[in-house]
Amino acid sequence: MTAITHGELARLKRNNPDLFQRPLPVRLRNWGLWASFLGVMAFGLWWVDANPMRVIEGLNKLGLLVRLMIPPHPGDGFWEYSYAMLETLGMAFLGTLIAAVVAVPLGFLGAKNVMPNWLFHFTLRRFYDGFRGIDGLVWALIFVSAVGLGPFAGVLAIAVGDVMIFAKLFAEAIENVDRKPVEGVRASGGSTVHAMRLGVLPQVFPVMVSHVLYFFESNVRSATILGIVGAGGIGLQLSDRIRINNWQEAAFIILMILVTVAVIDNLSRRIRMKIINADTGPK
Amino acid sequence: MSTLERAAGRFAAGQLERLRSFERRYGEERARKRLWTALYAALFTVALIGSIVVSDFNLPGLMSGLPKAWAYIVGTLPRLSFETFGADMANWYWGLQYWLRLLVETVLMGFVGTVLGGSVALLLCFSASRNLVERTWIYIAARRSLEFCRTVPELVFALIFVFAFGLGPFAGVLAIAVHTVGSLGKLFAEVNENVDPRPIEGVRAAGGNWPMLMRLAVVPQALPNYASYFLLRLEINVRGASALGIVGAGGIGQELYVAIRQFEYTDISAIMLLLIATVSIIDITCESIRHRLIGQDLKQGF
Repeated sequence: MTAITHGELARLKRNNPDLFQRPLPVRLRNWGLWASFLGVMAFGLWWVDANPMRVIEGLNKLGLLVRLMIPPHPGDGFWEYSYAMLETLGMAFLGTLIAAVVAVPLGFLGAKNVMPNWLFHFTLRRFYDGFRGIDGLVWALIFVSAVGLGPFAGVLAIAVGDVMIFAKLFAEAIENVDRKPVEGVRASGGSTVHAMRLGVLPQVFPVMVSHVLYFFESNVRSATILGIVGAGGIGLQLSDRIRINNWQEAAFIILMILVTVAVIDNLSRRIRMKIINADTGPK
Repeated sequence: MSTLERAAGRFAAGQLERLRSFERRYGEERARKRLWTALYAALFTVALIGSIVVSDFNLPGLMSGLPKAWAYIVGTLPRLSFETFGADMANWYWGLQYWLRLLVETVLMGFVGTVLGGSVALLLCFSASRNLVERTWIYIAARRSLEFCRTVPELVFALIFVFAFGLGPFAGVLAIAVHTVGSLGKLFAEVNENVDPRPIEGVRAAGGNWPMLMRLAVVPQALPNYASYFLLRLEINVRGASALGIVGAGGIGQELYVAIRQFEYTDISAIMLLLIATVSIIDITCESIRHRLIGQDLKQGF
């Protein structure tokens, strides 16, 4: 080992500049990427009309709102809100369940190892992906105009919004199964149905349940806002309170949402951990 | 037990005892497992019945509702005939220029909101990582505030911000940004918690202070994951931005809301298809960039 002095380093850098920096095209590309990133960002800020004055004014108003919110107070609507919260949970539960049940056959259809035709597989997957592009709230709007106001529209919105995502996740889970148990079932004389039931299902079921629970959590969050467009649940109460400027009650409802979501998250995380641990065995 | 009793002659006394205790324990385990399964089944049934009751869900309703929803969706599709295809398309997409403008606004809202939120998340994530802060209260405070930003739905922020900052895309951008701070901050913190501790020790040994530690030891390791999560969030936020217009926070949602409320059927399908196309393009772009980033990371790793 020989020590290198700063002088030597400077000389090496001077003599071999190419070794000490990235090639010109790479540098140009990086500069270009950063410049376009900043350009788009500046254009975006200009488009949404962001300026310091607006921020300061808005923050003042926001401070006023927060002062109006304190202390959060349920008024005389506590039981009404609790019922609406239950309705929200019910919507999320039922919507997730329907989506999961419908998605199981779709998942088998979309799996490469069940349906080996690539054109079919590709088209179906793109179809599943396309449906994801629509936000749950837009589905809720559509179902409210199709089947009327109320939680039923919310259930359908959650179910339809999630079916395709579930189908995709299930298909991926099915594609990742180990071939050996399936071959074992076949070798001992099982039919295709037997192979699915005894070889594939035990492997994918824990994965599916864990996905479903995870989506239940996220659907509880999204179900809290579906009411804003009239699809039942706590969102209706919240948007009403905000519209009539009753900020204390609005703050109370937001707190209720926070607590409920935390409780549901915790419960569902525990069940998920249990399922995953049972699946892979204790460590 | 009976098979065991019959086979008793073939075992030495101690072995039989052990077999018996094994079988007893096995039975206990099975009974306990059955009990858990029954408990879950009961919980599930209660939840199912409860949710059917509160959401006034019923099969006749579903049976009549689904065809109605289907008829509604079919009803939004325009009649296109082959002879007058060009004119029909022009008629269907009469507002294309206006809608494209709104779509650009939606995508920009998603982008600006994600960048703003991501920057704040990047600042906050270090103090929300267990392995990087020594004082517990800082960690807890950072975690709780991220949790708050994450749990309050985006649309609720949008409702409040529309009140404070006025109608328009600015309120939407802020709502997206606040929500993004929560979700990206948590993910970034998890990345930070998984970094290799050796570079941190190295920088500390060389006399680096806390910001240097973060900049020189943590960020270089976590950067590809940050970028990947950022792009994932961008996809989600563009999709979310399309709904914010419903409460008046800018983007194409407003137009879609008006179309649905006023039963302008063909407009609904036109806007929805545009939206699906835009979101798909962004999804595919982000996905390929993400795969490249992760691929590079793997190549460097080995």
